[in-house]
This record gives sequence, C-alpha cells and structure tokens, in this order.
Amino acid sequence: MLSLKERQELLQRFHPDYREGGRREIRVGVNRGERVPNELADLFEGISLVRPGEIDLDHVRQEVDVLVIGGGGGGAAAALFAAESGAKTLVTTKLRFGDSNTIMAEGGIQAAVGKFDSPALHYLDTLGGGGFQNLPHLVHALVSDAPVILDWLVRLGVMFDRKENGDLLASFAGGQCRRRVHSAADYTGMEIMRVLRDEVYGQGIEVLEFSPAVDLVLDEKRRCAGAVFVDLDTGERFVIRAKTVILATGGIGRLHIQGFPTTNHYGATADGLVIANRAGARMIFMDSIQFHPTGTAYPEQLMGLLVSEAFRGWSAQLVNGEGERFIHELETRDITSSATIREVVDRKKGVITPTGMHGVWLDTPLVEIKKGKGTIHRIFPHLFHRFHTYGIDITKEPVLVYPTQHYQNGGLLIDASGETTVQNLFAAGEVSGGVHGRNRLGGNSLLDIFVFGRRAGMEAASRAKEIVIGKLSLDHVIEYEEELERLGVLKREIKAPLLLPDYRYEKALGRVHQ
Amino acid sequence: MGDQGRRFFSIYIFGKKYQVPEGLTIQKAMEFAGYQFIRSCGCRGGICGACFTEYRTPGSYQLKGALACQALAEPEMRITQSPFVPMHRADYHLEALRAQPGILGKIYPEIYRCLQCNTCTRICPMEIDVMDYIAHAIRGDIEKVAHLSFQCILCGACAARCPAEISQPYVALLARRIYGRHILSLPAGLEQRISDIKSGRYHRVLERLTQLQIEELMRVYIQREQEPQEADRWVPKNPNFPEDLF
Ligand SMILES: Cc1cc2nc3c(=O)[nH]c(=O)nc-3n(C[C@H](O)[C@H](O)[C@H](O)COP(=O)(O)OP(=O)(O)OC[C@H]3O[C@@H](n4cnc5c(N)ncnc54)[C@H](O)[C@@H]3O)c2cc1C
Ligand code: SF4
Ligand code: SF4
Ligand code: FES
Repeated sequence: MLSLKERQELLQRFHPDYREGGRREIRVGVNRGERVPNELADLFEGISLVRPGEIDLDHVRQEVDVLVIGGGGGGAAAALFAAESGAKTLVTTKLRFGDSNTIMAEGGIQAAVGKFDSPALHYLDTLGGGGFQNLPHLVHALVSDAPVILDWLVRLGVMFDRKENGDLLASFAGGQCRRRVHSAADYTGMEIMRVLRDEVYGQGIEVLEFSPAVDLVLDEKRRCAGAVFVDLDTGERFVIRAKTVILATGGIGRLHIQGFPTTNHYGATADGLVIANRAGARMIFMDSIQFHPTGTAYPEQLMGLLVSEAFRGWSAQLVNGEGERFIHELETRDITSSATIREVVDRKKGVITPTGMHGVWLDTPLVEIKKGKGTIHRIFPHLFHRFHTYGIDITKEPVLVYPTQHYQNGGLLIDASGETTVQNLFAAGEVSGGVHGRNRLGGNSLLDIFVFGRRAGMEAASRAKEIVIGKLSLDHVIEYEEELERLGVLKREIKAPLLLPDYRYEKALGRVHQ
Repeated sequence: MGDQGRRFFSIYIFGKKYQVPEGLTIQKAMEFAGYQFIRSCGCRGGICGACFTEYRTPGSYQLKGALACQALAEPEMRITQSPFVPMHRADYHLEALRAQPGILGKIYPEIYRCLQCNTCTRICPMEIDVMDYIAHAIRGDIEKVAHLSFQCILCGACAARCPAEISQPYVALLARRIYGRHILSLPAGLEQRISDIKSGRYHRVLERLTQLQIEELMRVYIQREQEPQEADRWVPKNPNFPEDLF
C-alpha cells in the first residue's frame, strides 16, 4: 500500500478534483468564495422556477409537522423516525418513491461489529479515507450509531448475507483495516430500499411522488418553513408548509462533472444544493467529487455503470493492458482512480475498448479462482446478469473499467443532529457534507444516510412540537437573483434546479449519458 | 460521437413511428426520438424496475417484456411502457408476525387462486421463476420464497398479467421480511456491541481521537494493523489498539 506522501502526490497529479479549470468560485450568497465544480456553479447562477408574484404563499395545499424532501434511503429513514416520534410527516419526491442512488448501492453498509473491530478503528479508517479533513464530531456520530443502524435494518427484515453459522458476513472495501461491509449480495441498496419503502407504506406515512421541490420557503425570521413544489405532470406549483424540513435529495452525478459518465440514478441533479444554497445554507467540501475507479468502460450500453468495489474486496485485481497489477486492491477510491488515470494517460498502458474508449482490466475470474467456483453467482448475481445480457460471462472473462463520477463528497454543512446552518432545515444523506471529508469510504454512505436520517428525523420531530410558523416568504429567492444580476452573472437561460437531465436527440448518442 | 455510419431503423413508440440508430437501448432510443422521461426511468442500470416495457416484433405473435434501460431497440419494434402497476399490499405488523407455514396464505389468501399458468415466469425481466416461488408460498416454505424471489425489482410485470390477480412481488417481499426478521437469527455480537457503546466503552477513545491534531492522527492511523484479505482466522497482534494509546 502507498504511504501518505505517495498518496498525496498521486492525487495532485491525476485526480480530476485537482485539474485546472474544473472549478470556480461561487459569487453570491452565504457560500460566496467556496469553489465548486463549474457545472454546479452554473446552476447556482441560474434562475428559480418560481417567479415572484406567481405564487400565493397564503394559499398552502397542505401543512405538516415534518416535511421530508427526497424519497431515497435518507428520506425514508428520516420519515420513519419522525413519524415514530409522533410527528405528522409527509415524504415528497421527484420520481417514484425509491428511485434513488440508494436503490443502486451494490457493495454494502459499514458497521464495526466484528470481534477484532471497533468504532475507534472505524473512526480512523474513515478519517484516513477522507484525507483527515472530516468533521470529527460527525464521524464520532457515524461510527457510534453504526451498530444501532445495522440492528434496526435487521429487525425490519433486511436479508443481510450470513456465514454458515448465521453470523453476519463482512467484507472489505478500500481503506478499511478490518472487514466491515455488510451486504445483501450485490443488491444491498435495493434490498434495504424495498424494505424501508414497505415499512413507510405499512406505517401509513403519506408519500407524494413526481413532485420535486423547486425552492424552500422561509419565515420572517429566516427559519425554514416549507417548500414550493411542482407537479411534473400538470406543471402546477404548490406550497407545503411545515414546522421543520428535512432535505434528502441525494447527489449530483447527472451533472456529468468534467464530462464523466456516472453511476448515479436519473434524478441525481443537485436540486437540494441549489435550493438550500439560495435559502442560505452553508456548504462544505463541495469542491470534492468521488470518481469510482471501476465504472464500466465496455459495452457502451453500460458505460459508467458501477462494478462493485466488493469485487476487489473478494480478491479481483486491477491490471493494465500488459497484464500488470498496478495498485493494491484495498487503496481508497480517490487513490485507485488516480492510479488508473495515470496508467492510461501517463504510462499509456491502458486498453482501448472495441468502441474506442479507454479502460483497464478488472480481473473478475480471479474471484472464482481464489474464493471458489460459484462465488460470483452467490455474491454478484446482479452484475453477472447485467453483463450476461451483453454476452459477457464475468466468471470467465475480465471486464473493462474506467473511473466514473460516483458521489459528492461534500454538501450542506450539518451538526450532529443533522441541522443545517438554516434554522429548522435539516439535511440527511448525500446532500450533506463533512462526515466523509474529501473522500468517502465504500459502505460509509449507506451508513451515513441512515445515521443522519434517523438523527434528523428524531430532532425535527421533537423540534416541531415547539414551533409556531411565522409569515411565509420567498424574499431570499428574489434577493439572491438580484445579487446575481448586480454582478452581471445571472444566467437566465439556466433554470435551477435542473430536476431532469436532458438526453434528447443527439445527446442520446453521447457515450457519457447512460 | 455523432451518428455517422450508424444504421437507422424504425420503431413505434406508443403507436408513433420514429427513426432511431441501431445499438441503443430502448430507453436511449426513446430519448433519441425526443422523449424526456418523467416516468419509466430511474436507475438506468436494471435495478429499480421503473422502465418495464412491453413490445412486439414483426412476425411474432408474442407480447414480450423487457427493461428499457437494458434491452436494445430492434427494427420495427412496437413498444409501450407501464411504469405503474397498482398492486395489493396487505396491512401487517412484521414484529407481531411469526414464521408459521400458513402465514403467507393468511395475509395473501389470493395465492391459493394460482392457476399455474406460468405467465408470470415468462414475463419476468429478471428471469425469476415467479410461479415457482408462488408455489412455495402456497406450501408455506418462507425461506424458499425469500431466496427464489431475491432478485425481484418490483417492476410489477407479473402482477399486471396474473389471471388470479395475485400481487406476487408483495407476497415475496413479505416472505423476505419474515425470513430476515424471524427465521434468520439476530446476529451474535451485535447486541453486545450496541450495549458496549451505550455504556460508554468507546467514549474515551473516540473523544480523544476527535481532539487529535492532523499530524498526531496520521501517526495513529499508520499504526493500524491490516487484516489480511485471504485469511479466514486472523488475530491482531494488538487487539487493544487504539484504546491502549490513551
Ligand atoms: C451505483 C451506486 C452504488 C453505490 N454503492 C454503495 C454501497 O455499496 N455502499 C454505500 O455505502 N454507498 C453506496 N453508494 C452511495 C449511496 O448509495 C448513496 O450515496 C446514498 O444511497 C444516497 O442516499 P440519499 O438518500 O442521500 O440519496 P438518494 O438515495 O439518491 O435519494 C435522493 C432522493 O431525492 C429525490 N430528489 C432529488 N431531487 C429532488 C427534488 N428536487 N425534490 C424532491 N425529491 C428529490 C430523488 O428522486 C431520490 O428519490 C452507491 C451509489 C451508487 C450510485
Ligand atoms: S417477480 Fe414480478 S415484480 Fe419481480 S421482477 Fe419479476 S416480474 Fe418484476
Ligand atoms: S401468473 Fe398468476 S396464476 Fe399464473 S402462474 Fe403466475 S401467479 Fe399463478
Ligand atoms: S431504469 Fe431502473 S430498471 Fe431500468
């Protein structure tokens, strides 16, 4: 494994985060001066979908205690805990409930429950992965709540992989000194999401689908008090008033930072960041994007889709075009992606795929050789099926991979209860930042969304009991646009939030858009 | 990029004809034709079940099904999408249930109406033997249902076609939850770890770690012992690290 110094050098030379010209400063608002990817900065300079005067804030469609925005794992957990704490809770989401990055998670969820593992080791691994910049109190919360979360999921009926004796099976992800990732084959996110969704329905919590939030609403004290939504089918805009709001809108993969393909779902368009930024919520580490080293490079129809890190945890190796192993399997993702880019760009030892793209080999058959025949079918049924559709048998042939945009490391600054710097606005999951520093470890995001979803849900519910909402206002939206205009950077042609990516016509042929 | 050299063919989307280039998935072909999806598009990776699509191809009487994000568009294919199938989810409280053989049939008595027509198995885009897991549900073999249905993405294709009006994916989901909660044992060690944390066993070490400056933290970090990937029974030289440092 590389020393800390070697890691730093590799990152600086080859990680896309360090590429000149990829980022620029935010010009207005509370986050002025923060550097973010250009694609995100553009949205921050776009115009709101809510035109002043067009919407009557005295006319609210619905009023709840806790308003959850986002129907992935973070939102579902927040809703379940808010409702359990007695709050009248509503989940709103952009697509179907469950259409999310959560449902796509393959590898698993971290929790230090092994005999020779401990929350303290989990803490160290997480900080080492994040470049030692993670916010300590958030990591403290993350590692201490992890076993509670695992237990909660088991009791809800999530079928985690077990050993023959019934103990939980744990495997490795990069940057871990112990086996700590708990999986449900390569369906972990799907298995958890379908159970949580079922539980939300079972608890009778109301869910509103195909209705994305397009701006937050504040009261006269600049506390969050609801949101404006748009009905994607009818175009109608409406207001929901709430005592507390939990933002769980996930990540930004579909902005295709620096032209990279992505592993993310269709709705990962940074909406939460855009509306929270306008409402005055601070961000942290939003200059830092995670590129996953093993995005699919061939076949083209699967471009950018994830090939789970668990393959390397189960002994698969990355090798270049000359068959040489060029990086240790348990290095963190930022390091492994940088090493892959070095192999291809600098050392010219990559492989050109049949469709003219770059890649290196992930030696999947090694799993069968080292861990026994049938392992791939048992641990990776989904990935086997996905490649098999295109005539590739990954038990026999290696696959071509290249880094793909995977995760936003940073996000909205939160405290240990999940509250942002805007009062009564909470954030949970990928939309928040700080806990992972500048690079998240595999398995720590599923953990993060539940740890902070739960904390936010409980706190938002108990806070709601004391709140009397003042007069609703969208002044912050107007002021933000006016400030952009004064600086001459308002981009009228850009509507923000983006809501849906546009892949129509020729764009459908672009290779990054799978 | 561009479309030079690509062969084009026609497809019919909801009855309308469009020219699309070869080599695209159905989903991308629809986007090429000008669709910006609101429905029928989620993960774009074959796992969320949003994009189930039915189609016919010339010369075949069969009505086929596929995931639009996975299957390639074919010449002259006529397609329609069904992103939503209203399904029946019974009300139950998992905690209060017991893993008795008849429990699935008690909660979803309609499973006994199964005609064994195999329509569900034939249409399932995940190649699950749906009829078989329903047969095991009727027999009361919860564990079998859980494993056989594990790859179900709840697209609803089977439920839309079942002449017995069974919502198979919800029967399967119930079986998996009962299996996960009541048949698999609660993992050993987990309770103990939770109570250790609650009683403050790691409090001191975590508090100290959160106070370290970066340089000190790095020094502790590089002293971690790495559990080897290949070993099954491994014991660290110092099981008390890093507690013993403070
Ligand atoms: C392919 C893949 C594999 C992964 N594997 C792992 C893994 O093995 N382990 C791990 O720990 N992590 C993994 N991750 C990361 C992890 O899955 C995600 O970071 C995490 O699930 C995010 O959860 P979330 O609830 O914050 O966001 P999401 O699950 O993405 O949910 C966000 C929700 O908000 C909705 N939304 C978006 N905009 C709006 C709006 N304007 N209004 C209303 N709703 C909106 C979305 O539609 C979506 O439902 C993986 C990620 C991907 C993409
Ligand atoms: S079992 Fe039914 S709902 Fe599940 S994937 Fe197959 S067809 Fe879809
Ligand atoms: S479609 Fe319905 S009736 Fe036919 S085999 Fe499947 S479950 Fe039974
Ligand atoms: S879009 Fe999710 S399965 Fe096709």
